[in-house]
Amino acid sequence: MLEMIQSVLPLADVNETFWFPTQASTFAKEIDSFYDILFWISMFFFVIIMVPMGYFMWKYRQRKGYQGSPEALHNNALEITWTVIPTFIVVWIFARGTIGYLDMTKMPEGDVLEIKVQAMKWAWSFEYPNSAVHETLHLPVGRPVKLIMRSDDVLHSLFIPAFRCKQDIVPGRYNRMWFEAIKTGEFDLFCTEYCGDKHSQMITRVFVHEPEEYEKWVAEAARPPESPVEHGEWLYQRRGCKSCHSIDGTKVIGPSFKGSWGKDVDLSVGRTIRFDENYVRRSILEPQAEFRNGYQGASAMPSYQGRFKEKELDAIIEFMKSLKD
Amino acid sequence: MSTVAEKELSIPVSTGDAVKDNFLTHTRGFLTWALTLDHKRIGLMYLVGVMSSFTIAGIIALIFRTHLMWPDGNLLTVQQYNQMFTLHGAIMVFLFIIPSIPAAMGNFLLPIMLGAKDVAFPRLNLMSFYLWVTGAIFFVVGLLLTGLDTGWTFYTPYSLDSKGPVVWATLAVFVLGFSSIFTGLNFIVTINTMRPPGMTWFRMPLFLWATYATSIIQVLATPVLGITVLLLTLERLLGIGIFDPKLNGDPVTFQHFFWFYSHPAVYIMILPAMGIISELFAVHCHKGIFGYRLIAYSSVAIALFGFLVWGHHMFTSGMSDVAAIIFSALTFTVSIPSAIKVFNWLATMYRGTISLNTPMLYALNFMFLFTIGGLTGLFLGPLSLDRHMHDTYFVVAHFHYVMMGGTLVALVGGLFHWWPKMVGRMYNEPLGILSAILVFIGFNMSFLPQFVLGTRGMPRRYATYKPEFQDLHIVSTIGAYILGLGLLVALISLLYAIVRGLRAPANPWGGATLEWHCSSPPPFYNFERPPTVHDPYDFRGIEYDEKIQGYVKRK
Repeated sequence: MLEMIQSVLPLADVNETFWFPTQASTFAKEIDSFYDILFWISMFFFVIIMVPMGYFMWKYRQRKGYQGSPEALHNNALEITWTVIPTFIVVWIFARGTIGYLDMTKMPEGDVLEIKVQAMKWAWSFEYPNSAVHETLHLPVGRPVKLIMRSDDVLHSLFIPAFRCKQDIVPGRYNRMWFEAIKTGEFDLFCTEYCGDKHSQMITRVFVHEPEEYEKWVAEAARPPESPVEHGEWLYQRRGCKSCHSIDGTKVIGPSFKGSWGKDVDLSVGRTIRFDENYVRRSILEPQAEFRNGYQGASAMPSYQGRFKEKELDAIIEFMKSLKD
Repeated sequence: MSTVAEKELSIPVSTGDAVKDNFLTHTRGFLTWALTLDHKRIGLMYLVGVMSSFTIAGIIALIFRTHLMWPDGNLLTVQQYNQMFTLHGAIMVFLFIIPSIPAAMGNFLLPIMLGAKDVAFPRLNLMSFYLWVTGAIFFVVGLLLTGLDTGWTFYTPYSLDSKGPVVWATLAVFVLGFSSIFTGLNFIVTINTMRPPGMTWFRMPLFLWATYATSIIQVLATPVLGITVLLLTLERLLGIGIFDPKLNGDPVTFQHFFWFYSHPAVYIMILPAMGIISELFAVHCHKGIFGYRLIAYSSVAIALFGFLVWGHHMFTSGMSDVAAIIFSALTFTVSIPSAIKVFNWLATMYRGTISLNTPMLYALNFMFLFTIGGLTGLFLGPLSLDRHMHDTYFVVAHFHYVMMGGTLVALVGGLFHWWPKMVGRMYNEPLGILSAILVFIGFNMSFLPQFVLGTRGMPRRYATYKPEFQDLHIVSTIGAYILGLGLLVALISLLYAIVRGLRAPANPWGGATLEWHCSSPPPFYNFERPPTVHDPYDFRGIEYDEKIQGYVKRK
C-alpha cells in the first residue's frame, strides 16, 4: 500500500520504519533509539500486568466447588518493590530526556546559517541571509541552521517530522530553534499549533540541498522578475497571499484577485468603494479597515505593514490589474 | 482493623421484596424532582444531564471521524471541522467528564456510603445542579449563535481574534466552575463531619477517598479557571492587555493560567474513576482490596502532585529550559502513585473469587486501557521525545486512553455496578457483556492507530491531511463506530432494566460497603439512624442466597 502511494505521489515522508519517518537530522537517531527503549520498557510492564491479569481471570473465576481466599491483603516487600523499581526507571527516563533536550536546545556556534521565519495565517515565509524571501524552507546539508521565528497574528508551531523537532511561535517574542540536516531531499513542514480555518493547510516543504546547490538556489531566489506584473505574481506565490486569495475567481477565505479591479465594490458598512490603487494599498497595510461585504465573518488577515517595500506594493497592484477580467 | 469489636449493623438486610416506599416513589410530580433536595434525585438528574452531553459530543466525534476517512475530508468544510472538534472537546470536558463521576455517581453514593441521610448542604447541592444547567444553556446558545472554533483550550490570541461566540463559552465555563466548586465543598464538609460511628478515615470505602481527593482539587483549582476565563472575557471585551501581544500582553501567560487549572482537572476526571475501580475490583473479586492504605495515600499524592505539573502542556511554547526541566521531573512523580494503584488492583485479583460479570469486565477493560494510557505518558514526559510528539496524534491517543479508556469506562462499569441500587432492577447481563467486549475492541481499534499516526508526524486538529496517513485514519474511524455501537448496547442493557428487568435484591453483588445494606432502590431517608460500621472490605460471612438472588450477611 505504501509503495503504491509512493509511486503515485511525490511524497518524501513515507516512513522507513513502522514508527518513524526517515532520519533526516542529527536529532533523529537519539529520538528514535530513546523511543525504542521506552517502547520495550512499556511492553515489559504491560506484559507483567496483563499476563497475570489474564491468568487470574481464568484461575480464580467464580465457579462451582471453588472458593477463593479473602486473605492476601497486604505484602510490604511486594509493595515496596513496585514503588521503588518504577521510581528508578522514571528517574532514568527523565535524565535521558533532559540531556537529549539540552542538546536540542543549546544553540550551535560557529558556521551557522540563520534564517528568519515569519508564520502567519496561513502561510510560512522564510527570509534568507541575502534577503531572499520564500514560502519553502531551503537549507544545505551538514550545516547547523538556526531559525529565528516570529508571528504577527496568532500562535503557530513549526514541526518537521523528519527532523524530529518542533517549536511554538508566539506573537510578541522571538522563539528560536536549530537543527542540522544529514540527508538531502524533500520533507514535510507542518504547523502544529491550532491557528484557525486553514490550520491543516499551513503546510510547506523543506528542501535539503548539497551546499553548492543551496547557494545557487538562494542567489536565484533573491532576484525578482523584471516586469511588474510578473513580479507581482512572483510575490503572490511566495508571500502568503495565495492561501486566502484565488486568482481564478473562486472564494477561498478572502475575495479573489480576479475580476475586481476598477469596479465599485460593496463594503460591510453599507457604502461602495472603487477597487483602485488606494483601496488595495490600504487593504494590504490595514486589512481590517474596510471589509468587503460578505467577508465580515472571515478570519482576520495579518497586516503587511513593513513587510512589503513600495516597489513590491506596486507590483502586486500591477498583478491585480492584469487579472481585471 | 478487625480487632476492634463491632456491633452488628443495625440495619436489617432486605429480603429482596419490592420496597414500596423508596426515593423514586416517595413523592410524585415534576416539581418534586425539579426542587428536590434529595441527593439521590439530584444525582440522577445530573446523570441524565451529563450522559446527554456525552451523547451529543460523542455523535459529533463520529461525524468528524467519518470526515477524517478521506485526506481531503469530503464531508465538512474546514470551518465546520474546527467548530466540531472544539464542541467535542468543550462539551466532553466541561459538561461531561468533570461533573460525570463526582456529581452524578458521587451525589448518589457518597451519603449512602457514609450511612448519612444526605450531603451536608442539600440546598447548595441543588444550586450546583442548576448552575450546571445554566452553564449548559450558555453553551447551547453559543452553539446556536455561530460556531465556536477556538478549541476547548481558548488559546490566546486566537480566541481574541476569533469571530466565534467566545464570550458565551467563557461565561459558560465560569458558571460551570461554580457548580464544580459547590459540589467539591459539599463533599469535603460531608466527609469531614458526617462519617458514622466507627468509620475512621482508614475505614472509608476507597471511592470516598478518591472523591475527597477530587473535591480538594475542585475547590483549590477551579477558582483559577474562573479568573482565567474572566480575564479572557475582559481582554476580549475591553482590551485590558494581559494576554494580547498587540497590547503588550503575553499569550503564554494565558497558557500558564489555563493549565494551572486544567491539568489538576485531569485528576478531577481520573481520581473518582480510580475510586470506582477500587470498589469494582474488591466486590467482584469478593476479596478485600490489596494495599488499602497505599491506594488511599496514592489518591492524595496524585491530587497534590497534580498541581505541580501543568507546565508539561507547554514544553514547546518557549518557556525557559530550567522551567521545562523542573516540570518534566515533577511530571514523572505522578506516574508512581498511578502505577501503585494498578499493581494493587492486580494483586486484589490474586486468590479472589472473580465474578466475570459486566461491571468486572468493564473494570478489566479499564485496567487494560489505563495501563496503555499511563505507559504512553512515559513517552511524553521526557523533554527530548516531547519535541517530536507534542501536539501530534500520539498525544490525542494518550489522553483518550486515560480520559475515555479510564474515566468513561470506569463510569460505565460503575453504572452497571450501582444500576440495581439506583433503579431497583437488574440490567440485561448478556447485553452488558456484549457491550463490554464491543467497547474493548472498538476503543483499541480507534485509538491504537493514532499512536502510530503521531510518531509518523500527523499533527492534531487537522481537518485535512497528507494521503499517506489515510489507512490508519480509516481503521481508527471504523473502530470509533464499533465503540459507538458498544456504548449503544450498554445503554440498551441499562434501559432494559427499567422496562423489564428483574427486581434487584439489596445486595446483588456481595458488597460490604453501606449502600448494599439499604434496599434497592434506597428509601427516601437512606438510614433510620447512622449505622455502626467496620471494615468496608471484609467479605467474610457475606454469602449468596438462592432464594432472593442476592447476598446476605450471615451472623
